[in-house]
Amino acid sequence: MTPARRRRLGVLLALVVLAAVAAGLLGYALRSNINLFFSPSQVAAGEAPVGRQIRAGGMVETGSVARDADSLAVTFTVTDFQASLEVAYQGILPDLFREGQGVVVVGRLADDGVLQADQVLAKHDENYMPPEVADALAAAGKSPADYRRTE
Amino acid sequence: MNAMIRWLHGVTSPRTFYALAGRWQPWLWALAILLLGAGAVWALLFAPADYQQGDSFRILYVHVPAAILAQSCFVLMAVAGAIFLIWRIKLADMVATVIAPFGAAMTGVALFSGSVWGVPTWGTWWVWDARLTSMLIQLFLYLGVIALRGAFASRDGGARAASLLTLVGVINIPIIKYSVDWWNTLHQPATFTLTDRPAMPAEMWLPLAVMVLGFYAYFVALTLTRTRSEILRREGRKRWVLELGS
Repeated sequence: MTPARRRRLGVLLALVVLAAVAAGLLGYALRSNINLFFSPSQVAAGEAPVGRQIRAGGMVETGSVARDADSLAVTFTVTDFQASLEVAYQGILPDLFREGQGVVVVGRLADDGVLQADQVLAKHDENYMPPEVADALAAAGKSPADYRRTE
Repeated sequence: MNAMIRWLHGVTSPRTFYALAGRWQPWLWALAILLLGAGAVWALLFAPADYQQGDSFRILYVHVPAAILAQSCFVLMAVAGAIFLIWRIKLADMVATVIAPFGAAMTGVALFSGSVWGVPTWGTWWVWDARLTSMLIQLFLYLGVIALRGAFASRDGGARAASLLTLVGVINIPIIKYSVDWWNTLHQPATFTLTDRPAMPAEMWLPLAVMVLGFYAYFVALTLTRTRSEILRREGRKRWVLELGS
């Protein structure tokens, strides 16, 4: 490599390293703002503001979904297996909404600690499988989330 | 080593590359058509439906290859940009020039197909989560590189500026890749990793692998064809090009 080329290579490497450091610092400074949602533990710890619009995410607790018989009102609990958060919602739920499924809920925390939701989004996990495989997993007493760990 | 450098030196001359690419391109176009055709039929007709999403999961057979290509193209553009800036090899800049619009198109396809998938799956077209936002930034980076190249009166100035922007923008690639691990996002984490087996049975990922290879073959074929046009456009006054026409 000629000296001129070596110098240009050095300048380019320095440029890329500097840009990476800048991006890294930016991401570090904004780390809590880049997160899409608060986890139920964060809400329980008082990290989420009350009365302002927030997003909270977690798993819909099994057996917690209660639908009102005469309206679209529904209540359920979202958990991260350390803390849970009660959610009240009125409206149409996405097709993938079910117990044991991840969701992201947009709404306001009321003073009584219940999240009054304006929107419920279903979170899809990284597992894909045909229905027969899901049935076989269920018959073996496992959840589809165990797919990677089973043969 | 010396033989390799001599070979590389030969290939990077536009005239040699023009001839070589001309010989390779019919094979790559044939391969691309074959793989994309077989992959599409396999993915749409024979792969089983997903247990939760039903048939809408088949969108991933376009979404995933497009997203992979969008990022590969940018990395390749950055490598070409570095080669151009350090060694001043014109062919590298020609390749970077023709890749940019294709990469931008692939980013657009990934964003659009993801949105269409998001409506039935998530219940929304768009959220400002880290994965979706970093991918949108990627689209703007592509458009910025294309615009910057065109904003200079001299070709060399535009090429240098565009290469520099590409090298800075390549930082966004690991951010896109790891956004789903570093932050809470609505987008799910990777189904395929190097260390773990895929979270998807072979009957589903084999057609996906064919589609990804098909997208790559299409990309290489298109790049060869378009680079040849770019060579003719830039070297139009050279004797060897004039002799082609006579």
